[in-house]
Amino acid sequence: MTTSEALLTVNNLSVGFHTDRGDVTAIEDVSFEVRAGEILGIVGESGCGKSVTSRSIMRLLPKRNSFIGPQSEIQFDGHNLAHADERTMRSIRGDRIAMIFQEPMTALNPVFTIGWQLDEALKYHTTLDKSQRHQRAIEMLKAVEIPNPELRYHEYPHQLSGGMRQRVVIAMALCCDPELLIADEPTTALDVTIQAQILRLMDQLRRKTKTAVVLITHDLGVIAQICDRVIVMYAGQIVETAAVRSLFKRPQHPYTKALLESIPKTGREQHQTRLPTIEGIVPSLFELPAGCRFQDRCEFRQQQCVDQEPQLGEEVDGRKVRCFFPLSEA
Amino acid sequence: MALLEVENLVKHFPVRGGLMNRVIKQVHAVNGVSFSVDKGEIVGIVGESGCGKSTLGKLIVRLLEATAGAVKFDGHDITHSSPSALLPFRRRMQMIFQDPHASLNPRMTVGAAVREVLAFHQIAARGELNTKLDELFTQVGVNTDSKEKYPHEFSGGQKQRVGIARALAVNPEFIIADEPVSALDVSIQAQVLNVLMDLKAEFNLTMLFISHDLKVIDHFCDRMLVMYLGFVVEEMPCQDIHADALHPYTRALLGANPVSDPDKRSELTVLEGEVPSPYNPPQGCPFATRCDLVTDQCRQEMPPLVELDAGHRVACWEVNKTPEPITAAEV
Repeated sequence: MTTSEALLTVNNLSVGFHTDRGDVTAIEDVSFEVRAGEILGIVGESGCGKSVTSRSIMRLLPKRNSFIGPQSEIQFDGHNLAHADERTMRSIRGDRIAMIFQEPMTALNPVFTIGWQLDEALKYHTTLDKSQRHQRAIEMLKAVEIPNPELRYHEYPHQLSGGMRQRVVIAMALCCDPELLIADEPTTALDVTIQAQILRLMDQLRRKTKTAVVLITHDLGVIAQICDRVIVMYAGQIVETAAVRSLFKRPQHPYTKALLESIPKTGREQHQTRLPTIEGIVPSLFELPAGCRFQDRCEFRQQQCVDQEPQLGEEVDGRKVRCFFPLSEA
Repeated sequence: MALLEVENLVKHFPVRGGLMNRVIKQVHAVNGVSFSVDKGEIVGIVGESGCGKSTLGKLIVRLLEATAGAVKFDGHDITHSSPSALLPFRRRMQMIFQDPHASLNPRMTVGAAVREVLAFHQIAARGELNTKLDELFTQVGVNTDSKEKYPHEFSGGQKQRVGIARALAVNPEFIIADEPVSALDVSIQAQVLNVLMDLKAEFNLTMLFISHDLKVIDHFCDRMLVMYLGFVVEEMPCQDIHADALHPYTRALLGANPVSDPDKRSELTVLEGEVPSPYNPPQGCPFATRCDLVTDQCRQEMPPLVELDAGHRVACWEVNKTPEPITAAEV
């Protein structure tokens, strides 16, 4: 079914946290794969587990109060990252799998120049000498279209605008030619004109270097713009996964459909009409209902949804749905 | 009839520093903005961070003092009114803020937060406070059983509804909503927008809706102002902005907004060039550094807002001269 082999395979990933109110499972039974040169989008509302998923791949969750389920597998080049030791993780993190975060200011150290910070990453991960590292850093700044890279190399994060900072963070993430880039809401804190720059940059990179990207966002517009495949998460589970076109054209899970409908539409006919909404709120992870987690907000609920928990179905035409009554083509 | 008139409003923020903590420069946040809002109208203000849209909102409700210009509410100039003279107007205009969590006191139950407003403005007698409160909560869709809960027990969307209930408590005619749905998830955003739309219909509210999200403005508002670097660059009805927008900046904003349809995927507009510093805005058009239609005239002279169509004003030398030869002299 696929042309190229998976770069990263996540199997049955579940992650929980120890809290004052007892243990809670944040994500459950998450399985997916990412192939080289592909942009995989993970979309969902706050608290659905998309960031927990990305952070578990990088093993960045606090050890003290989080735990990864024993059955969980995160296969990357022969390593199971879910249970890898810190030494293995260090050789992979930043080098072969890189991550960029939502807030570019907090990802950069305010007391060092951006050149110093790029150099540090290269010093740690490569065997280049000083002048080669400098050259490489300038190359990377050029690649992310920073004007006057020689000048910017010597500047501090506060001297750059938000969009430029995010581009520096991307340059830093890419300086070791990672095979996989995990971008957790990379454009959420940015204005749309800057977002357009960053999205274009990520699209160019995956074309040029075949870097695979896992893009986490709550913005369906961003997903539609650059992703190849999409995972929709709800309350810690994958509810639907499909190729981007078929997901937007023919959503099969009621949640996906409702999510797509609640985006304000442009154009004369839709102007100032009431928006279709998903009534109610996401259930608390402490009080998950038996049966389907979306049942309270679903307009198509039936008795079976209350009694039994649906499983993520078998793949049909590149699509999997977690629903007893998937919506058929209308 | 215009309920709110804003005339040539200017706000400069002094920046202090150097020896003796002198004023060394001024941030030009709002630069001579004029517009009016009719009764029952929803006017949107859209622009990117730092364009002065929130400052404008705060100037109107007098949370900030204007450097120059005037704000007239229902014909009364309130730009320099004393706090006591302002009080009746405070009752008539209310503000909804972006972060519903920060705008509620964490140590007060949501019921108490709204009751405080009711009591202060003497909207309801002591014995009727709870009846009025129930009424308000029902209107905005908050469960009346949760009156005695604290803000942290609510979700973001519910907190924003409480914020709206608090603003509505004084039966205002005019509401300024500053990014009221930006912090919310898309499904919750739709719920809150619907609540605002219902309230508008029920009470014939007039609204100034500030947002960075063109999609939301387009859907929700009757008219919009597009701001850039403290200037209004375009003012237009929100019927069909994709077809009607003329200013290169508005067009760039539209082009940079990803469309939620993978089949309509196209190259996003990417603006080149740097945003000029708000410390000393350029002499000419503020957008000249990033505009692809730029000419020498743009760099030297600030284009005036020229009315091209009924209710459609654009500040751009190039656009103003293309469709019909309307000169600045006619304005």
